[in-house]
Amino acid sequence: MEAVLFFVAAIGALGGAIGVIAMRNPFYGVLALIVHLFSLAVLFLLLSAAFVAAAQVVVYAGAVMVLYVFVVAYVGGGEESAWEPIPGQRFLAPLLGIALFVELAIAVLSSALLALGTDGPDVKAGFGDPSAIGYLLLERFLLPFEASSILLLLAAVGAVVLAGRKREGDPA
Amino acid sequence: MSAEWYVVLSSLLFAVGAMGILIRRSPIVILLCLELMLNAGNLALVAFSRMVGNQQGQVFAIVVMVVAACEVVVGLGLIVAIFRRKLPLDVDELRELRG
Repeated sequence: MEAVLFFVAAIGALGGAIGVIAMRNPFYGVLALIVHLFSLAVLFLLLSAAFVAAAQVVVYAGAVMVLYVFVVAYVGGGEESAWEPIPGQRFLAPLLGIALFVELAIAVLSSALLALGTDGPDVKAGFGDPSAIGYLLLERFLLPFEASSILLLLAAVGAVVLAGRKREGDPA
Repeated sequence: MSAEWYVVLSSLLFAVGAMGILIRRSPIVILLCLELMLNAGNLALVAFSRMVGNQQGQVFAIVVMVVAACEVVVGLGLIVAIFRRKLPLDVDELRELRG
């Protein structure tokens, strides 16, 4: 059962990823990314990371993707021109991607991590649930938590500065 | 399923994302491919956290989500600013900074 679920979710994640890079229209790319994110949430659940899966669906597949759809609808999805500044880029890029995958796979599989081939240790029932993660975030990782809140604030201010409408008389 | 499968899947997704960044030229699609790469990293983090049996990797994955959200906000703000200035939305044509 677990293996079936893993392969279904893995095919969904891979199909979504390939859809993102293959779709001509960015709008369909965003929809493919939503499929990818939902499949990843299933994988997180299989890895007993319930809170991360929930955050993935709510924050990513919900909020962030709505932002993407909004911007795609605003700027419109134009066709990409066929002009290539680097000759052979479209041909070389897949080769480089395959080389990157082979290299990463070799690096992981030939590492001497003993637990890599196992299912991992048996974990308690509360592993990865919101209370455990919240306890870690507010007790042990309080400083990174606050730092990431400052980062979010800075990003919000930066987006307003970048995309805000110019007033009359502002310098360019 | 052993952790190997998850980590190999994560490196495959990372390679697909990197390939997309090299192939595509629309900045929106490049941001989507960045999301793919960040999520591949998240999958590896959560898989390793399960493999080791403690939850700190999951906290790390949540911080990566926060950073990804910031990246999206700033990137989409840039795209909207480019669009407002009537510049072409194509990373090969926006190359005034090229040395």
